[in-house]
Amino acid sequence: MSAATALFRHRRGVIPGFGITLGITLLWLSLIVLTPLAALFFKAAELPPDRFFAVVTSRRALHAFELSFGLSLAAAATNLFFGSAVVWALVRYRFPGRRILDAIVDVPFALPTAVAGIALAALYAETGWIGQLLTPLGIHVAYTPLGIFVALVFIGLPFVVRTVQPVLEDLDKELEDAAASLGASRWNTARRVVFPSVVPALLTGFALAFARAVGEYGSVIFIAGNLPNVSEIAPLLIVIRLQEFRYADATAIAVVMLVASFLLLFLVNTLQRWSERRTGMQP
Amino acid sequence: MTILPITEFAILPELEASRIVPRTAPRRKADIRTDASWVRRVVISIAVIFLGIFIVLPLVCVFALAFSKGVETYFAALRDPDTLAAVRLTLLVAAISVASNVGFGVVAAWAITKFEFRGKNLLITLIDLPFSVSPVIAGLVFILLFGLQGYFGPWLVAHGYKIIFALPGIALATIFVTFPFVIRELVPLMQQQGTEEEEAALSLGASGRRTFFWVTLPNVRWALLYGVLLCNARAMGEFGAVSVVSGHVRGETNTMPLHIEALYDGYQVAAAFAVASLLALLALVTLVLKIVLEARLAQE
Repeated sequence: MSAATALFRHRRGVIPGFGITLGITLLWLSLIVLTPLAALFFKAAELPPDRFFAVVTSRRALHAFELSFGLSLAAAATNLFFGSAVVWALVRYRFPGRRILDAIVDVPFALPTAVAGIALAALYAETGWIGQLLTPLGIHVAYTPLGIFVALVFIGLPFVVRTVQPVLEDLDKELEDAAASLGASRWNTARRVVFPSVVPALLTGFALAFARAVGEYGSVIFIAGNLPNVSEIAPLLIVIRLQEFRYADATAIAVVMLVASFLLLFLVNTLQRWSERRTGMQP
Repeated sequence: MTILPITEFAILPELEASRIVPRTAPRRKADIRTDASWVRRVVISIAVIFLGIFIVLPLVCVFALAFSKGVETYFAALRDPDTLAAVRLTLLVAAISVASNVGFGVVAAWAITKFEFRGKNLLITLIDLPFSVSPVIAGLVFILLFGLQGYFGPWLVAHGYKIIFALPGIALATIFVTFPFVIRELVPLMQQQGTEEEEAALSLGASGRRTFFWVTLPNVRWALLYGVLLCNARAMGEFGAVSVVSGHVRGETNTMPLHIEALYDGYQVAAAFAVASLLALLALVTLVLKIVLEARLAQE
Protein backbone atom coordinates (compact mmCIF):
# COMPACT_ATOMS: atom_id res chain seq x y z
CA MET A 1 0.00 0.00 0.00
CA SER A 2 1.47 3.33 -1.04
CA ALA A 3 1.77 6.27 1.30
CA ALA A 4 -0.92 8.15 -0.62
CA THR A 5 -3.59 5.50 -0.12
CA ALA A 6 -2.62 5.17 3.50
CA LEU A 7 -3.11 8.90 3.93
CA PHE A 8 -6.44 8.72 2.13
CA ARG A 9 -7.64 5.92 4.36
CA HIS A 10 -6.58 7.91 7.38
CA ARG A 11 -8.36 11.02 6.17
CA ARG A 12 -11.59 9.14 5.75
CA GLY A 13 -11.45 8.01 9.33
CA VAL A 14 -10.82 11.39 10.94
CA ILE A 15 -14.10 13.16 10.30
CA PRO A 16 -16.84 12.03 12.67
CA GLY A 17 -20.56 11.61 12.27
CA PHE A 18 -20.93 9.55 9.11
CA GLY A 19 -23.44 7.07 10.50
CA ILE A 20 -25.61 9.57 12.31
CA THR A 21 -25.76 12.19 9.54
CA LEU A 22 -26.43 9.68 6.77
CA GLY A 23 -29.01 7.97 8.98
CA ILE A 24 -30.88 11.21 9.67
CA THR A 25 -30.69 12.15 5.98
CA LEU A 26 -32.18 8.87 4.82
CA LEU A 27 -34.86 8.90 7.52
CA TRP A 28 -36.01 12.46 6.82
CA LEU A 29 -35.87 11.94 3.06
CA SER A 30 -38.00 8.80 3.40
CA LEU A 31 -40.54 10.49 5.67
CA ILE A 32 -41.01 13.71 3.71
CA VAL A 33 -40.41 12.71 0.08
CA LEU A 34 -40.21 8.98 -0.59
CA THR A 35 -43.13 7.66 1.50
CA PRO A 36 -45.60 10.25 0.17
CA LEU A 37 -44.54 9.61 -3.43
CA ALA A 38 -44.73 5.85 -2.84
CA ALA A 39 -48.26 6.34 -1.47
CA LEU A 40 -49.23 7.82 -4.82
CA PHE A 41 -48.05 4.73 -6.68
CA PHE A 42 -49.63 2.37 -4.12
CA LYS A 43 -52.94 4.15 -4.49
CA ALA A 44 -52.72 3.96 -8.28
CA ALA A 45 -51.86 0.26 -8.08
CA GLU A 46 -55.06 -0.34 -6.12
CA LEU A 47 -57.05 0.76 -9.16
CA PRO A 48 -58.02 -2.00 -11.58
CA PRO A 49 -55.95 -1.49 -14.77
CA ASP A 50 -58.99 -0.97 -17.00
CA ARG A 51 -60.33 1.67 -14.59
CA PHE A 52 -56.95 3.41 -14.54
CA PHE A 53 -56.85 3.33 -18.32
CA ALA A 54 -60.43 4.62 -18.61
CA VAL A 55 -59.63 7.58 -16.32
CA VAL A 56 -56.45 8.71 -18.04
CA THR A 57 -57.90 8.28 -21.55
CA SER A 58 -61.22 9.99 -20.83
CA ARG A 59 -61.94 12.89 -23.17
CA ARG A 60 -61.54 15.45 -20.42
CA ALA A 61 -58.24 14.00 -19.16
CA LEU A 62 -56.80 13.63 -22.65
CA HIS A 63 -57.69 17.20 -23.42
CA ALA A 64 -56.10 18.39 -20.19
CA PHE A 65 -52.87 16.48 -20.98
CA GLU A 66 -52.82 17.78 -24.53
CA LEU A 67 -53.31 21.33 -23.32
CA SER A 68 -50.70 21.09 -20.53
CA PHE A 69 -48.02 19.39 -22.60
CA GLY A 70 -48.73 21.26 -25.84
CA LEU A 71 -48.76 24.74 -24.32
CA SER A 72 -45.75 23.93 -22.14
CA LEU A 73 -43.85 22.92 -25.26
CA ALA A 74 -44.88 26.13 -27.03
CA ALA A 75 -43.98 28.26 -24.01
CA ALA A 76 -40.59 26.56 -23.57
CA ALA A 77 -39.84 27.09 -27.28
CA THR A 78 -40.76 30.77 -26.96
CA ASN A 79 -38.50 31.07 -23.94
CA LEU A 80 -35.72 29.35 -25.85
CA PHE A 81 -35.85 32.02 -28.54
CA PHE A 82 -36.32 35.13 -26.40
CA GLY A 83 -34.22 33.70 -23.58
CA SER A 84 -31.31 33.32 -26.01
CA ALA A 85 -31.63 36.98 -27.00
CA VAL A 86 -31.65 37.94 -23.32
CA VAL A 87 -28.58 35.79 -22.58
CA TRP A 88 -26.69 37.17 -25.58
CA ALA A 89 -27.47 40.75 -24.55
CA LEU A 90 -26.50 40.12 -20.92
CA VAL A 91 -23.26 38.27 -21.63
CA ARG A 92 -21.90 39.91 -24.75
CA TYR A 93 -22.92 43.54 -24.51
CA ARG A 94 -22.32 46.29 -22.01
CA PHE A 95 -25.16 48.80 -21.87
CA PRO A 96 -26.77 51.02 -19.24
CA GLY A 97 -29.22 49.04 -17.12
CA ARG A 98 -27.66 45.67 -17.89
CA ARG A 99 -27.36 44.74 -14.21
CA ILE A 100 -31.02 45.61 -13.64
CA LEU A 101 -32.06 43.54 -16.66
CA ASP A 102 -30.03 40.67 -15.23
CA ALA A 103 -31.82 40.95 -11.89
CA ILE A 104 -35.26 41.17 -13.54
CA VAL A 105 -34.78 37.71 -15.07
CA ASP A 106 -35.12 36.18 -11.58
CA VAL A 107 -38.48 37.81 -10.83
CA PRO A 108 -40.53 34.74 -11.90
CA PHE A 109 -38.46 32.62 -9.47
CA ALA A 110 -39.14 35.00 -6.60
CA LEU A 111 -42.67 36.21 -7.27
CA PRO A 112 -45.30 33.87 -5.78
CA THR A 113 -47.28 32.16 -8.52
CA ALA A 114 -50.66 33.37 -7.24
CA VAL A 115 -49.44 36.99 -7.42
CA ALA A 116 -48.19 36.47 -10.96
CA GLY A 117 -51.49 34.78 -11.79
CA ILE A 118 -53.79 37.61 -10.73
CA ALA A 119 -51.43 40.23 -12.23
CA LEU A 120 -51.40 38.51 -15.61
CA ALA A 121 -55.16 38.01 -15.54
CA ALA A 122 -55.67 41.71 -14.78
CA LEU A 123 -53.20 42.79 -17.49
CA TYR A 124 -54.73 40.69 -20.25
CA ALA A 125 -58.41 41.06 -19.31
CA GLU A 126 -60.43 43.09 -21.84
CA THR A 127 -60.10 46.22 -19.74
CA GLY A 128 -56.50 45.55 -18.71
CA TRP A 129 -53.43 47.48 -19.85
CA ILE A 130 -52.51 44.97 -22.53
CA GLY A 131 -55.97 43.48 -23.05
CA GLN A 132 -57.50 46.77 -24.18
CA LEU A 133 -54.86 47.04 -26.91
CA LEU A 134 -55.39 43.47 -28.12
CA THR A 135 -59.19 43.27 -27.92
CA PRO A 136 -59.80 45.66 -30.89
CA LEU A 137 -57.50 43.40 -32.93
CA GLY A 138 -59.74 40.45 -32.10
CA ILE A 139 -57.10 38.83 -29.90
CA HIS A 140 -58.40 37.48 -26.60
CA VAL A 141 -55.75 36.32 -24.18
CA ALA A 142 -57.36 36.16 -20.75
CA TYR A 143 -59.61 33.14 -20.13
CA THR A 144 -58.40 31.37 -23.28
CA PRO A 145 -55.57 28.86 -23.91
CA LEU A 146 -53.49 31.84 -25.10
CA GLY A 147 -53.64 33.16 -21.53
CA ILE A 148 -52.25 29.87 -20.23
CA PHE A 149 -49.41 30.21 -22.75
CA VAL A 150 -48.59 33.72 -21.48
CA ALA A 151 -48.44 32.49 -17.87
CA LEU A 152 -46.21 29.56 -18.83
CA VAL A 153 -43.83 31.86 -20.71
CA PHE A 154 -43.61 34.04 -17.60
CA ILE A 155 -42.67 31.23 -15.21
CA GLY A 156 -40.33 29.42 -17.62
CA LEU A 157 -38.04 32.25 -18.71
CA PRO A 158 -35.45 32.16 -15.89
CA PHE A 159 -34.84 28.44 -16.44
CA VAL A 160 -33.55 29.02 -19.98
CA VAL A 161 -31.58 32.17 -19.16
CA ARG A 162 -29.93 30.87 -15.98
CA THR A 163 -28.94 27.59 -17.64
CA VAL A 164 -27.43 29.08 -20.79
CA GLN A 165 -25.87 32.23 -19.29
CA PRO A 166 -22.98 30.60 -17.37
CA VAL A 167 -22.08 28.39 -20.34
CA LEU A 168 -21.88 31.34 -22.74
CA GLU A 169 -19.87 33.29 -20.15
CA ASP A 170 -17.34 30.46 -19.84
CA LEU A 171 -17.10 29.89 -23.57
CA ASP A 172 -13.48 29.95 -24.66
CA LYS A 173 -12.83 33.27 -26.35
CA GLU A 174 -9.96 31.83 -28.36
CA LEU A 175 -12.25 29.51 -30.31
CA GLU A 176 -14.09 32.49 -31.72
CA ASP A 177 -10.87 34.39 -32.34
CA ALA A 178 -9.51 31.38 -34.21
CA ALA A 179 -12.64 31.08 -36.36
CA ALA A 180 -12.53 34.80 -37.14
CA SER A 181 -8.82 34.81 -37.91
CA LEU A 182 -9.35 31.91 -40.30
CA GLY A 183 -11.75 34.14 -42.18
CA ALA A 184 -15.14 33.03 -40.89
CA SER A 185 -17.78 35.75 -40.94
CA ARG A 186 -19.32 36.85 -37.67
CA TRP A 187 -22.55 34.98 -38.53
CA ASN A 188 -20.72 31.80 -39.44
CA THR A 189 -18.69 31.98 -36.23
CA ALA A 190 -21.86 32.33 -34.19
CA ARG A 191 -23.59 29.53 -36.04
CA ARG A 192 -20.77 26.98 -36.26
CA VAL A 193 -18.64 27.74 -33.21
CA VAL A 194 -20.76 29.39 -30.52
CA PHE A 195 -24.09 27.65 -31.18
CA PRO A 196 -22.82 24.04 -31.01
CA SER A 197 -21.07 24.79 -27.70
CA VAL A 198 -24.25 26.03 -26.05
CA VAL A 199 -26.63 23.43 -27.55
CA PRO A 200 -26.57 21.16 -24.47
CA ALA A 201 -27.31 24.15 -22.22
CA LEU A 202 -30.10 25.32 -24.53
CA LEU A 203 -31.68 21.88 -24.49
CA THR A 204 -31.33 21.60 -20.70
CA GLY A 205 -32.91 25.03 -20.22
CA PHE A 206 -35.70 24.08 -22.60
CA ALA A 207 -36.39 20.82 -20.75
CA LEU A 208 -36.35 22.56 -17.34
CA ALA A 209 -38.76 25.28 -18.53
CA PHE A 210 -40.98 22.60 -20.07
CA ALA A 211 -40.98 20.45 -16.91
CA ARG A 212 -41.83 23.43 -14.74
CA ALA A 213 -44.63 24.52 -17.09
CA VAL A 214 -46.28 21.08 -17.21
CA GLY A 215 -46.82 21.04 -13.45
CA GLU A 216 -47.58 24.74 -13.04
CA TYR A 217 -50.82 25.61 -11.30
CA GLY A 218 -50.88 28.93 -9.42
CA SER A 219 -50.00 31.36 -12.18
CA VAL A 220 -52.23 29.59 -14.72
CA ILE A 221 -55.62 29.11 -13.06
CA PHE A 222 -56.41 32.81 -12.71
CA ILE A 223 -55.90 33.62 -16.39
CA ALA A 224 -57.03 30.30 -17.87
CA GLY A 225 -60.83 30.49 -17.68
CA ASN A 226 -60.74 26.82 -16.67
CA LEU A 227 -63.41 25.53 -19.07
CA PRO A 228 -63.43 21.71 -19.27
CA ASN A 229 -62.14 20.50 -22.67
CA VAL A 230 -61.12 24.06 -23.60
CA SER A 231 -58.81 25.70 -21.09
CA GLU A 232 -58.49 23.18 -18.27
CA ILE A 233 -54.90 22.13 -17.48
CA ALA A 234 -54.02 18.72 -16.04
CA PRO A 235 -53.02 19.96 -12.53
CA LEU A 236 -56.39 21.73 -12.28
CA LEU A 237 -58.21 18.53 -13.23
CA ILE A 238 -56.41 16.80 -10.34
CA VAL A 239 -57.61 19.51 -7.96
CA ILE A 240 -61.18 19.26 -9.27
CA ARG A 241 -61.23 15.47 -8.82
CA LEU A 242 -59.93 15.93 -5.27
CA GLN A 243 -62.68 18.42 -4.49
CA GLU A 244 -65.20 15.84 -5.74
CA PHE A 245 -63.53 13.28 -3.43
CA ARG A 246 -62.69 11.14 -6.47
CA TYR A 247 -59.22 10.40 -5.07
CA ALA A 248 -58.57 7.41 -7.30
CA ASP A 249 -59.19 9.46 -10.46
CA ALA A 250 -56.98 12.28 -9.18
CA THR A 251 -54.25 9.76 -8.39
CA ALA A 252 -54.38 8.17 -11.85
CA ILE A 253 -53.95 11.54 -13.56
CA ALA A 254 -51.20 12.48 -11.12
CA VAL A 255 -49.28 9.27 -11.81
CA VAL A 256 -49.25 9.97 -15.55
CA MET A 257 -47.92 13.48 -14.91
CA LEU A 258 -45.37 12.30 -12.37
CA VAL A 259 -43.99 9.62 -14.67
CA ALA A 260 -43.73 12.22 -17.43
CA SER A 261 -41.80 14.58 -15.13
CA PHE A 262 -39.46 11.79 -14.01
CA LEU A 263 -38.71 10.97 -17.62
CA LEU A 264 -37.99 14.67 -18.18
CA LEU A 265 -35.72 14.75 -15.12
CA PHE A 266 -33.85 11.75 -16.47
CA LEU A 267 -33.51 13.53 -19.83
CA VAL A 268 -32.19 16.68 -18.12
CA ASN A 269 -29.61 14.66 -16.17
CA THR A 270 -28.46 12.90 -19.32
CA LEU A 271 -28.19 16.25 -21.11
CA GLN A 272 -26.17 17.71 -18.27
CA ARG A 273 -23.73 14.81 -18.29
CA TRP A 274 -23.39 15.18 -22.05
CA SER A 275 -22.84 18.90 -21.60
CA GLU A 276 -20.16 18.36 -18.95
CA ARG A 277 -18.35 15.88 -21.16
CA ARG A 278 -18.40 18.32 -24.05
CA THR A 279 -17.23 21.34 -22.10
CA GLY A 280 -14.70 19.15 -20.33
CA MET A 281 -13.19 18.21 -23.67
CA GLN A 282 -12.66 21.79 -24.71
CA PRO A 283 -9.10 23.08 -24.30
CA MET B 1 -20.99 52.77 -18.44
CA THR B 2 -18.66 52.48 -15.48
CA ILE B 3 -17.95 48.94 -16.58
CA LEU B 4 -16.34 50.06 -19.82
CA PRO B 5 -12.81 50.73 -18.52
CA ILE B 6 -12.72 47.25 -17.03
CA THR B 7 -13.44 45.58 -20.37
CA GLU B 8 -10.79 47.67 -22.07
CA PHE B 9 -8.38 46.75 -19.35
CA ALA B 10 -9.16 43.08 -19.91
CA ILE B 11 -8.28 43.42 -23.57
CA LEU B 12 -5.01 45.22 -22.90
CA PRO B 13 -2.74 42.15 -22.74
CA GLU B 14 -4.00 41.16 -26.14
CA LEU B 15 -3.07 44.56 -27.57
CA GLU B 16 0.37 44.19 -26.02
CA ALA B 17 0.71 40.84 -27.73
CA SER B 18 -0.30 42.20 -31.11
CA ARG B 19 2.43 44.83 -30.84
CA ILE B 20 5.24 42.28 -30.94
CA VAL B 21 3.78 40.66 -34.05
CA PRO B 22 5.70 41.74 -37.24
CA ARG B 23 4.21 44.83 -38.85
CA THR B 24 3.09 42.89 -41.90
CA ALA B 25 0.48 41.07 -39.83
CA PRO B 26 -2.90 42.73 -40.19
CA ARG B 27 -4.00 44.68 -37.15
CA ARG B 28 -7.21 43.26 -35.81
CA LYS B 29 -9.97 45.02 -33.94
CA ALA B 30 -9.57 44.99 -30.15
CA ASP B 31 -12.21 42.29 -29.59
CA ILE B 32 -13.10 40.00 -32.44
CA ARG B 33 -16.35 39.15 -30.72
CA THR B 34 -17.84 42.60 -31.25
CA ASP B 35 -21.06 42.35 -33.22
CA ALA B 36 -22.19 44.92 -35.76
CA SER B 37 -23.90 47.81 -34.02
CA TRP B 38 -27.28 47.10 -35.62
CA VAL B 39 -27.17 43.49 -34.36
CA ARG B 40 -26.37 44.84 -30.92
CA ARG B 41 -29.27 47.23 -31.01
CA VAL B 42 -31.75 44.61 -32.25
CA VAL B 43 -30.74 41.98 -29.68
CA ILE B 44 -30.80 44.44 -26.77
CA SER B 45 -34.19 45.78 -27.92
CA ILE B 46 -35.67 42.27 -28.13
CA ALA B 47 -34.38 41.47 -24.64
CA VAL B 48 -35.62 44.73 -23.11
CA ILE B 49 -39.05 44.64 -24.77
CA PHE B 50 -39.60 40.96 -23.97
CA LEU B 51 -38.62 41.32 -20.31
CA GLY B 52 -40.56 44.58 -20.09
CA ILE B 53 -43.82 43.09 -21.34
CA PHE B 54 -43.62 39.68 -19.74
CA ILE B 55 -42.01 40.46 -16.39
CA VAL B 56 -41.86 44.16 -15.50
CA LEU B 57 -45.43 44.97 -16.53
CA PRO B 58 -47.06 42.30 -14.30
CA LEU B 59 -44.91 43.46 -11.39
CA VAL B 60 -45.84 47.12 -11.89
CA CYS B 61 -49.47 46.10 -12.35
CA VAL B 62 -49.54 44.51 -8.87
CA PHE B 63 -48.63 47.78 -7.16
CA ALA B 64 -50.79 49.93 -9.46
CA LEU B 65 -53.91 47.85 -8.82
CA ALA B 66 -53.16 47.59 -5.09
CA PHE B 67 -53.54 51.36 -4.83
CA SER B 68 -56.28 51.66 -7.50
CA LYS B 69 -59.00 52.24 -4.87
CA GLY B 70 -56.87 54.65 -2.87
CA VAL B 71 -54.46 54.42 0.03
CA GLU B 72 -57.33 54.06 2.53
CA THR B 73 -58.64 50.87 0.90
CA TYR B 74 -55.09 49.56 0.65
CA PHE B 75 -54.38 49.82 4.35
CA ALA B 76 -57.90 48.71 5.27
CA ALA B 77 -57.29 45.51 3.31
CA LEU B 78 -54.00 44.94 5.13
CA ARG B 79 -55.54 45.62 8.56
CA ASP B 80 -58.39 43.18 7.97
CA PRO B 81 -58.33 40.42 10.65
CA ASP B 82 -58.41 37.68 7.97
CA THR B 83 -55.41 39.25 6.24
CA LEU B 84 -53.49 39.47 9.51
CA ALA B 85 -54.34 35.84 10.26
CA ALA B 86 -53.08 34.87 6.80
CA VAL B 87 -49.83 36.80 7.36
CA ARG B 88 -49.32 35.09 10.72
CA LEU B 89 -49.96 31.63 9.25
CA THR B 90 -47.62 32.31 6.32
CA LEU B 91 -44.82 33.47 8.64
CA LEU B 92 -45.32 30.42 10.87
CA VAL B 93 -45.31 27.95 7.96
CA ALA B 94 -42.25 29.62 6.42
CA ALA B 95 -40.41 29.49 9.75
CA ILE B 96 -41.21 25.79 10.18
CA SER B 97 -40.14 24.94 6.65
CA VAL B 98 -36.93 27.02 6.79
CA ALA B 99 -35.94 25.53 10.15
CA SER B 100 -36.61 21.99 8.98
CA ASN B 101 -34.75 22.43 5.71
CA VAL B 102 -31.76 24.14 7.34
CA GLY B 103 -31.46 21.29 9.81
CA PHE B 104 -31.82 18.66 7.15
CA GLY B 105 -29.68 20.56 4.64
CA VAL B 106 -26.70 20.91 6.99
CA VAL B 107 -26.86 17.30 8.16
CA ALA B 108 -27.32 15.87 4.66
CA ALA B 109 -24.62 18.12 3.18
CA TRP B 110 -22.22 16.91 5.88
CA ALA B 111 -22.92 13.27 5.02
CA ILE B 112 -22.69 13.89 1.27
CA THR B 113 -19.60 16.10 1.12
CA LYS B 114 -17.38 14.82 3.94
CA PHE B 115 -17.60 11.11 3.15
CA GLU B 116 -17.40 8.82 0.17
CA PHE B 117 -20.08 6.16 -0.10
CA ARG B 118 -21.89 4.17 -2.75
CA GLY B 119 -25.21 5.48 -4.04
CA LYS B 120 -24.29 9.10 -3.35
CA ASN B 121 -25.47 10.27 -6.77
CA LEU B 122 -28.75 8.43 -6.33
CA LEU B 123 -29.20 10.14 -2.96
CA ILE B 124 -28.63 13.56 -4.52
CA THR B 125 -31.13 12.77 -7.29
CA LEU B 126 -33.74 11.68 -4.73
CA ILE B 127 -33.23 14.87 -2.70
CA ASP B 128 -33.81 16.89 -5.89
CA LEU B 129 -37.02 14.99 -6.74
CA PRO B 130 -39.47 17.54 -5.26
CA PHE B 131 -38.27 20.05 -7.87
CA SER B 132 -39.79 17.98 -10.64
CA VAL B 133 -43.06 17.21 -8.89
CA SER B 134 -46.04 19.44 -9.67
CA PRO B 135 -47.10 21.42 -6.57
CA VAL B 136 -50.59 20.00 -6.90
CA ILE B 137 -49.20 16.46 -6.70
CA ALA B 138 -47.09 17.50 -3.70
CA GLY B 139 -50.35 18.32 -1.92
CA LEU B 140 -52.17 15.26 -3.22
CA VAL B 141 -49.64 12.77 -1.80
CA PHE B 142 -50.25 14.04 1.74
CA ILE B 143 -54.01 13.72 1.28
CA LEU B 144 -53.47 10.10 0.21
CA LEU B 145 -51.48 9.51 3.40
CA PHE B 146 -53.30 11.56 6.01
CA GLY B 147 -56.71 12.46 4.48
CA LEU B 148 -59.93 10.90 5.72
CA GLN B 149 -59.75 8.22 3.02
CA GLY B 150 -55.96 8.06 3.29
CA TYR B 151 -53.73 5.27 4.57
CA PHE B 152 -53.34 6.79 8.05
CA GLY B 153 -56.64 8.74 7.98
CA PRO B 154 -58.79 6.43 10.13
CA TRP B 155 -56.06 6.08 12.77
CA LEU B 156 -55.57 9.86 12.93
CA VAL B 157 -59.31 10.45 13.31
CA ALA B 158 -59.58 7.80 16.04
CA HIS B 159 -56.79 9.48 18.01
CA GLY B 160 -58.04 13.02 17.44
CA TYR B 161 -55.16 14.26 15.26
CA LYS B 162 -55.81 16.57 12.36
CA ILE B 163 -53.17 16.93 9.66
CA ILE B 164 -55.01 17.62 6.42
CA PHE B 165 -56.96 20.92 6.29
CA ALA B 166 -54.85 22.09 9.23
CA LEU B 167 -51.42 23.55 10.03
CA PRO B 168 -49.45 20.24 10.00
CA GLY B 169 -50.62 19.45 6.46
CA ILE B 170 -49.79 22.94 5.21
CA ALA B 171 -46.36 22.72 6.85
CA LEU B 172 -45.68 19.24 5.43
CA ALA B 173 -46.63 20.25 1.89
CA THR B 174 -44.44 23.36 2.15
CA ILE B 175 -41.47 21.39 3.49
CA PHE B 176 -41.90 18.98 0.58
CA VAL B 177 -41.81 21.65 -2.14
CA THR B 178 -38.87 23.51 -0.52
CA PHE B 179 -36.99 20.32 0.34
CA PRO B 180 -33.94 20.73 -1.96
CA PHE B 181 -33.45 24.50 -1.57
CA VAL B 182 -30.90 24.73 1.28
CA ILE B 183 -28.94 21.57 0.57
CA ARG B 184 -28.53 22.56 -3.09
CA GLU B 185 -26.58 25.65 -2.07
CA LEU B 186 -24.47 23.84 0.54
CA VAL B 187 -23.31 20.74 -1.33
CA PRO B 188 -21.35 22.35 -4.22
CA LEU B 189 -19.56 24.76 -1.87
CA MET B 190 -18.70 22.14 0.77
CA GLN B 191 -17.52 19.78 -1.94
CA GLN B 192 -15.21 22.47 -3.25
CA GLN B 193 -13.89 23.29 0.23
CA GLY B 194 -12.99 19.69 0.93
CA THR B 195 -12.18 18.34 4.38
CA GLU B 196 -8.72 19.76 5.11
CA GLU B 197 -9.76 22.50 7.50
CA GLU B 198 -11.94 20.12 9.50
CA GLU B 199 -9.08 17.61 9.65
CA ALA B 200 -6.73 20.30 10.91
CA ALA B 201 -9.17 21.28 13.66
CA LEU B 202 -9.79 17.67 14.65
CA SER B 203 -6.10 16.81 14.69
CA LEU B 204 -5.50 19.78 17.00
CA GLY B 205 -7.91 18.19 19.43
CA ALA B 206 -11.21 19.97 18.71
CA SER B 207 -14.34 17.90 19.18
CA GLY B 208 -16.56 17.07 16.20
CA ARG B 209 -19.22 19.50 17.36
CA ARG B 210 -16.70 22.31 17.98
CA THR B 211 -15.19 21.68 14.53
CA PHE B 212 -18.59 21.95 12.93
CA PHE B 213 -19.61 25.19 14.65
CA TRP B 214 -16.21 26.93 14.46
CA VAL B 215 -14.84 25.69 11.16
CA THR B 216 -17.51 24.32 8.83
CA LEU B 217 -20.38 26.65 9.64
CA PRO B 218 -18.41 29.93 9.23
CA ASN B 219 -17.12 28.61 5.90
CA VAL B 220 -20.58 28.04 4.49
CA ARG B 221 -22.51 30.83 6.21
CA TRP B 222 -23.24 32.86 3.06
CA ALA B 223 -24.30 29.83 1.05
CA LEU B 224 -26.51 28.78 3.96
CA LEU B 225 -28.10 32.23 4.10
CA TYR B 226 -28.59 32.12 0.33
CA GLY B 227 -30.42 28.79 0.64
CA VAL B 228 -32.53 30.15 3.50
CA LEU B 229 -33.45 33.17 1.40
CA LEU B 230 -34.66 31.09 -1.56
CA CYS B 231 -36.37 28.55 0.70
CA ASN B 232 -38.19 31.31 2.57
CA ALA B 233 -39.38 33.03 -0.63
CA ARG B 234 -40.78 29.79 -1.98
CA ALA B 235 -42.33 28.79 1.35
CA MET B 236 -44.16 32.10 1.73
CA GLY B 237 -45.37 32.11 -1.85
CA GLU B 238 -46.30 28.44 -2.28
CA PHE B 239 -49.79 28.13 -3.70
CA GLY B 240 -50.59 24.83 -5.45
CA ALA B 241 -49.43 22.35 -2.80
CA VAL B 242 -50.85 24.37 0.08
CA SER B 243 -54.11 24.97 -1.77
CA VAL B 244 -54.76 21.22 -1.97
CA VAL B 245 -54.20 20.50 1.74
CA SER B 246 -55.45 23.72 3.32
CA GLY B 247 -59.24 23.47 3.46
CA HIS B 248 -59.53 27.19 2.69
CA VAL B 249 -61.03 28.42 5.95
CA ARG B 250 -60.70 32.20 6.01
CA GLY B 251 -58.81 33.48 8.99
CA GLU B 252 -57.75 29.96 9.93
CA THR B 253 -56.11 27.83 7.25
CA ASN B 254 -55.62 30.42 4.49
CA THR B 255 -52.01 31.42 3.91
CA MET B 256 -51.35 34.74 2.14
CA PRO B 257 -51.47 33.29 -1.41
CA LEU B 258 -54.71 31.47 -0.58
CA HIS B 259 -56.16 34.61 0.98
CA ILE B 260 -55.30 36.49 -2.21
CA GLU B 261 -57.21 33.87 -4.20
CA ALA B 262 -60.22 34.12 -1.89
CA LEU B 263 -60.32 37.92 -2.16
CA TYR B 264 -59.83 37.82 -5.93
CA ASP B 265 -62.57 35.24 -6.45
CA GLY B 266 -64.83 37.31 -4.18
CA TYR B 267 -64.42 40.30 -6.51
CA GLN B 268 -62.40 42.25 -3.91
CA VAL B 269 -59.77 42.90 -6.56
CA ALA B 270 -58.10 45.92 -4.94
CA ALA B 271 -57.86 44.09 -1.61
CA ALA B 272 -56.44 41.01 -3.36
CA PHE B 273 -53.75 43.14 -4.98
CA ALA B 274 -53.04 44.92 -1.69
CA VAL B 275 -52.15 41.60 -0.07
CA ALA B 276 -50.37 40.56 -3.27
CA SER B 277 -48.26 43.72 -3.08
CA LEU B 278 -46.83 42.48 0.24
CA LEU B 279 -45.68 39.26 -1.41
CA ALA B 280 -44.37 41.19 -4.43
CA LEU B 281 -42.40 43.37 -2.04
CA LEU B 282 -41.02 40.24 -0.42
CA ALA B 283 -39.96 39.02 -3.87
CA LEU B 284 -38.15 42.30 -4.58
CA VAL B 285 -36.38 42.28 -1.22
CA THR B 286 -35.41 38.66 -1.84
CA LEU B 287 -33.90 39.58 -5.20
CA VAL B 288 -31.88 42.47 -3.73
CA LEU B 289 -30.57 40.28 -0.89
CA LYS B 290 -29.80 37.57 -3.44
CA ILE B 291 -27.59 39.95 -5.41
CA VAL B 292 -25.82 41.05 -2.20
CA LEU B 293 -25.24 37.44 -1.14
CA GLU B 294 -24.05 36.44 -4.61
CA ALA B 295 -21.43 39.21 -4.43
CA ARG B 296 -20.36 37.88 -1.01
CA LEU B 297 -20.15 34.33 -2.33
CA ALA B 298 -18.11 35.43 -5.33
CA GLN B 299 -15.70 37.23 -3.00
CA GLU B 300 -14.94 34.12 -1.00
